[in-house]
Amino acid sequence: MRYDSLLDSLGGTPLVGLPRLSPGPDVRLWAKLEDRNPTGSVKDRPAFYMVAAAEKAGLLAPGATILEPTSGNTGISLAMVAKLRGYRLICVMPENTSAERRQLLEAYGASIISSPAAGGSNEAVRVAKDLAARNPDWVMLYQYGNEGNALAHYEGTGPELLADLPEITHFVAGLGTTGTLMGAGRYLREHRPQVQVIAAEPRYGELVYGLRNIDEGFVPELYDESVLTGRFSVSAPDALRRTRQLLETEGIFAGISSGCVLHAGLALAEKAQAGQRADIALLIADAGWKYLSTGAYGGTLEEAQARLEGQLWA
Amino acid sequence: MAIEVRIPTVLRTYTGGAKSVEGSGGTLDELFSDLDARHGGLRERLVDNAGLRRFVNVYLNDEDVRFLGGLGAPVRDGDTVTVLPAVAGGAR
Repeated sequence: MRYDSLLDSLGGTPLVGLPRLSPGPDVRLWAKLEDRNPTGSVKDRPAFYMVAAAEKAGLLAPGATILEPTSGNTGISLAMVAKLRGYRLICVMPENTSAERRQLLEAYGASIISSPAAGGSNEAVRVAKDLAARNPDWVMLYQYGNEGNALAHYEGTGPELLADLPEITHFVAGLGTTGTLMGAGRYLREHRPQVQVIAAEPRYGELVYGLRNIDEGFVPELYDESVLTGRFSVSAPDALRRTRQLLETEGIFAGISSGCVLHAGLALAEKAQAGQRADIALLIADAGWKYLSTGAYGGTLEEAQARLEGQLWA
Repeated sequence: MAIEVRIPTVLRTYTGGAKSVEGSGGTLDELFSDLDARHGGLRERLVDNAGLRRFVNVYLNDEDVRFLGGLGAPVRDGDTVTVLPAVAGGAR
């Protein structure tokens, strides 16, 4: 395949069958490999779309500063796009995210402002919103509410899935900003109304949920519950076990959110009625490189689980 | 009949510090009322006039109850209910 430049190669990611993990020929699991994107994650799609929309709206001129609450992939994607388009990027992220993320951001020339670990990404969002208010010339694209995020999936991920798997019965993806599920989910349900759209949500340790008050919670502005047909909470032990299973059984070296997605996908496969076909597409958001230092792939599962406690592992 | 209900840190003032309490009921609604009898004020943190509070997520055997009938979701002996505050999605 040939492209004029890196950004032109965005999307068009492969959908690979999982013959060993699939229960049988009638109930098949498929993995959409989003690590096959310019910076190695699904976030290249929303990052590119959000920047392109901001440029079109006249919000970004060369030398402008972009600010974003992000503990990883979005920051990395934005760092790449900012570098290529001539913008400065500041990322606000919780202090307890893996070393590789910070190193990669800094290598792309982004600046990092750390927010306290307790309160996780809620706190990063709060800090970023506060900074944006105090620096009105900075542009906060705000992945949690920017329609460009969902649009990237409505116009990219969703159509690609349907083109590759017209018989799709289930789509499972991680739930974070909700962009993937809102965009691809909406597209799929419009074009194939019987499809199930299922969210796999990581369940973190207590520290991450530490809040002064339960009314201080956060629901991404993009989230429209009606687009989903189900939502599963997946623990770190289950996500880890499935991430390793994906590697050991199908040879796919995926990030830990993919373990969440596989866990939910396998539960759906099990529920598939006898005599009915199921084609379950799983979104593999990224590969495992950034998570190696978390110890997720080495030692016993128990050791790996202990290491993930308190971390934002997906 | 016992249904385990896991309580997030922020609500443990209602349970005397307990991470997990037991209750009974045929639906989630009944379960919450049952818990409230022993842990006064807990139900009000979870439920308002419109149903489940916006920033409260409740999972029945790891599935979001909003897709299982909300407060009307049937619950059974041996089920696990997990209450969590809504937080920004981890590493994005």
